[in-house]
Amino acid sequence: MKRYSVFAIAKQALNYHLGWERAWAAPAPKKHYDVIIVGAGGHGLATAYYLGKNFGITNVAIIEKGWLGGGNTGRNTTIIRSNYLQDPSAAIYEKARSLYETMSQDLNYNVMFSPRGLLMLGQTHHEVRGYLRTVHANNMQGVATEWISPQRVKELVPIINIDGPRYPILGALYQARGGTARHDAVAWGYARACSDMGMDIIQQCEVKGVTSEAGVVTGVETTKGFIGCKKLGVVVAGHSGQVAEMAGFRLPIEAVALQAMVSEPIKPCMDVVVMANTVHGYMSQSDKGEMVIGGGTDGFNNFTQRGSFHHIEETLRALIETFPMISRLKMLRQWGGIVDMTGDRSPIISKTPLGNCFINCGWGTGGFKAIPGSGWAMAELMAKGEPGALAEAFNMWRFKEGQFIDESVAAGVAH
Amino acid sequence: MLILECPYCGVKAEETELTPGYEAHLKRFGPGSSDTEFEDYMFARKNPKGVHFERWRHVYGCGKWFLAARDTNTLEVFGTYPAQSSAPPADLQDKIKAKRPDWKGYK
Repeated sequence: MKRYSVFAIAKQALNYHLGWERAWAAPAPKKHYDVIIVGAGGHGLATAYYLGKNFGITNVAIIEKGWLGGGNTGRNTTIIRSNYLQDPSAAIYEKARSLYETMSQDLNYNVMFSPRGLLMLGQTHHEVRGYLRTVHANNMQGVATEWISPQRVKELVPIINIDGPRYPILGALYQARGGTARHDAVAWGYARACSDMGMDIIQQCEVKGVTSEAGVVTGVETTKGFIGCKKLGVVVAGHSGQVAEMAGFRLPIEAVALQAMVSEPIKPCMDVVVMANTVHGYMSQSDKGEMVIGGGTDGFNNFTQRGSFHHIEETLRALIETFPMISRLKMLRQWGGIVDMTGDRSPIISKTPLGNCFINCGWGTGGFKAIPGSGWAMAELMAKGEPGALAEAFNMWRFKEGQFIDESVAAGVAH
Repeated sequence: MLILECPYCGVKAEETELTPGYEAHLKRFGPGSSDTEFEDYMFARKNPKGVHFERWRHVYGCGKWFLAARDTNTLEVFGTYPAQSSAPPADLQDKIKAKRPDWKGYK
């Protein structure tokens, strides 16, 4: 792999930029691998990357139904934060956030991590109490967050209307090192690093079945034929239930659509991320100047990657009250992704009833921010066969035991 | 835009008039049941990519709960029926079978 650097750019500039090599290879699948990861999104690629980097396992294939990073990794609003209430959540999301800090250097790929600061607005007294509790919990967990006054919010976000009329800003939970990153670059950077370690990324290869012998996985049937493996990692987000069914077990997951949109590009007007959970909306400004906006999920099972129109209206209506200046903005694009929601709104990183088959799913509406931490924990689980400290609480049997990691209450809606 | 016909008042209700209630025909397990049965009742869901039976409430209309058969992959609606049904009506199942020959049937 040729390293990307300013010198490489200068050198290529003298050669009409004809010397750049492909960022990752496109090999035909081998007959057998030590590890197969199903799903080449952020979480799948990160799992493969840390399997190689932390455990030296590089005989790995990452197989993908569509194209690399084309699912929820390419459809989210790129927000990164770790201000969660429950200890297991805070641990894994903070691990992820801290890995984002050095990701561009680690991968030699600019993921444009921008720790610009993130605000979660308190707009009802109930919400204020909830966030104060989260701030206290974060202090105990070693996650740097603070509660700030409405005046400070106004200083950080001059375009905000803190006086209501319906929901005045009563304060905000502020995570100064939260922010955004370039979502595609995260997938591409991991893919390039994985390919460099000798892993095979096989795109447009759909899993059609999971084969096993005596309760242990032996491989996957795909549209490119049978591929054998010693260990299988299922990291497919919205379609987790479908792959789990092939592997012979069920998951406590329902797939719903979550939408996002961007406005026409405008001059820089907001250099933090703002989340307003009472009114279901969150917004940041991309480097291109577009206002990136997300809202709540639709309320019914859906695999179409498009959501209901009235949710867009609800999200914008709410945000216009808080940010009056966006009322004149034209929305440029709108899209949807299929998110896998668990009963307690926390992910599953777990062994499964099928031997040597592991699953990483249920990230619901908040998976992008977790990508490096999720990959780190999943790689440890797959390499050792047992979960490490990060993944332990996220096992799929917690629903039977009642040991929920209840973020649906803690995080409100946007999550 | 999702439009469901309320089987009680006959109104063709648009999505904003309705509240979704997720999977229909769940068998309820409570005290005295096994842990697995209770977990299944609470959390295990079919979540099919295709034909699905759901609960909906005509909240800004007659206010009643009803059930609907829908394709989660195409958003096609096959039909609606009263909430007091323990299984989808036979004629509705036949209609779905005709449209989706691959459908494994209601179970």
